[in-house]
Amino acid sequence: MGDAMLGVIFLQTLRIAVPYLFAASGGVLAERAGVVSLALEGFMLGGAFGATLGAYYGGSAWAGLAAGVAAGLLLGAIHALACVRFGANQIVAGVALNLMVVGLTRFFLRLAFGSSSNSPRVAGFGGEGTAGALATFANPLLWLGLAVMPVLAFVVLRTRFGLRVRAVGEKPEAAESLGVPVGRVRWLAVIASGGLAALGGCWLALDQHQFTDQMTAGRGFIALAAVIFGRWEPVRAGVACLLFAFAEALQIQVQGTNAIPSQFVSMIPYVLTLVALAGLVGKSVPPAALGRER
Amino acid sequence: MSPRTRRAIEEGLLPTLAALLVALVAGDLLILSYGQAPGAVWRLMLDGTWGNAYGIGQVLYKATTLAFTGLAVAVGLRAGLFNIGAESQLAAGGFAAALMGLALPPLLGPWTAIPLCIAAAAAGGGLVGLVPGLLRARFGAHEVIATIMLNFVVLAFVNWAMASGGLAVPETLHTRAIPHAAIPRLASAFPAFHGSAANFTIVLALVAAAAVAWILFRTRFGYELRAVGLQPEAAENGGIRVPRTWLLAMVASGAIAGMGGVNFVLGYKGYFEDGFTGGAGFLGIAVALVGRNHPLGVVLAALFFATLSQGGLAIHALVPKQMVEVLEGVVILAVAMSVPEVRRLLQRRPRAATPAAPAAPSPVPATADG
Repeated sequence: MGDAMLGVIFLQTLRIAVPYLFAASGGVLAERAGVVSLALEGFMLGGAFGATLGAYYGGSAWAGLAAGVAAGLLLGAIHALACVRFGANQIVAGVALNLMVVGLTRFFLRLAFGSSSNSPRVAGFGGEGTAGALATFANPLLWLGLAVMPVLAFVVLRTRFGLRVRAVGEKPEAAESLGVPVGRVRWLAVIASGGLAALGGCWLALDQHQFTDQMTAGRGFIALAAVIFGRWEPVRAGVACLLFAFAEALQIQVQGTNAIPSQFVSMIPYVLTLVALAGLVGKSVPPAALGRER
Repeated sequence: MSPRTRRAIEEGLLPTLAALLVALVAGDLLILSYGQAPGAVWRLMLDGTWGNAYGIGQVLYKATTLAFTGLAVAVGLRAGLFNIGAESQLAAGGFAAALMGLALPPLLGPWTAIPLCIAAAAAGGGLVGLVPGLLRARFGAHEVIATIMLNFVVLAFVNWAMASGGLAVPETLHTRAIPHAAIPRLASAFPAFHGSAANFTIVLALVAAAAVAWILFRTRFGYELRAVGLQPEAAENGGIRVPRTWLLAMVASGAIAGMGGVNFVLGYKGYFEDGFTGGAGFLGIAVALVGRNHPLGVVLAALFFATLSQGGLAIHALVPKQMVEVLEGVVILAVAMSVPEVRRLLQRRPRAATPAAPAAPSPVPATADG
């Protein structure tokens, strides 16, 4: 394997990892606050669609970014309304939200662009024609994506807000008795998780310069797998994202050679997570109050 | 009617009614955003589903698969387990039924071939349910995560077996046809259904619903299963082997979902096609939720969601059919939100007439304790 090939794989890994890193950071934040994050997929898809609408009507990638994040924050607020205000079953709410976002994006894809499969080409990051590495490194979302997990680690482990997040995720009653507004902390964490995961969707839409139906293709669940595989620790989850992305990048390179069927490579994140769940490589223990409705 | 029965009925129906109202408003907004008249669209939806025999047949066909996946999720929830894996269990069931059908010699009569294929479907789905069941029973691994992860693994495996295993007819995503194990269409007995996909698998679905009801409420195993779902610690103290019950419940849940694959593979197309599930497994969660985990409720909820899904096709001339996907999500979200809300409101209501009425046990056991 030559240096050029290594470079290609390195670049591919980064490009594949960025959406995972954003979505997984949202997952870590919400789950550390005690709210199950099955809606990452929906947040991402909503973010991708918002980014496309913003870039189309606003004419720039930055307008797309703003609209995408706004869509994610809005979806996060809906999830928080269901899970925190109404105490809905968080798993059901997540499944419902994912389903709803797929329907909404398809419906409004028809309404806005008259298509059932994709939007027209929109503005994005990485200028026209600058192929490959340069375009990728010129994309501000790449740097934001690489920074998000270390920053989240600092927020969760070193700040007052982070302490509160962990408290409401582990022992909400104790936090409550110390005067921590449990509901408000969870609202904030879940809304922020929507915005963070939506950034992953923005990356996809602005990188491909368009929205395509169901373009997130299960990435939200890979991110969730990374959260669990990373034992709900931001940096570990980030490493898991990079690991999963590396496996995919490797698979793309060996595709021609038929060495390993692509389906088996695509299983890697899920199988690793199952193994981690079984406690075979260090037990994954979730936050104590995760999923508890009240 | 005793206050307790009344309370149970209120707790069961009010969230559904609230959700329907919310969905109606959401639907109106979507229709208006597309510049159409809500009344006309809703009428078209009714006409295209329950307005003619073909529409009814299509609804019955879709409800059949949903009844299986809804029952599967409900059985899991009764044991306190959230099975998000019905999608891949359904696929595995259909795949196993097709493999069995392809392996059987065509001269075997349908009376032998069909039961063997149904058994294979149950075994295929049950096998996929076994994995999260074992992980939960042996290692305490959360079944929600395990079933989600397994969905991807199983669907990728089936995809590989079809593509690389040489099972798919070249240039297609489906296997060879299996005419010798075909389940007859309803139209063969009731010609009015001609052209619709409705077939006699619906009888199997109704038998399955009755069997689940009988097992849950009339057998020792069903009692133990419900006890584990409501209070695992208390059940343990009562001498029930909790991990074993979890394992059996997940296998049963997977087997029921797996049998649903027969509806498409033997009843409709006559072959297995990659991706035939199309979200019916995930919709099973909605069916179980709206049906309040009761077999009768599940059957009714399956009819409701099948009507929505068929109704989407009926209104497509006026409004994109994706509207119903939004409505499905809205209904689920609204039910999930109003179930605890209704319970709180009912608890707050002064109950002077029944001072000592015990709180009715929730039909949806708290599941995700982390």
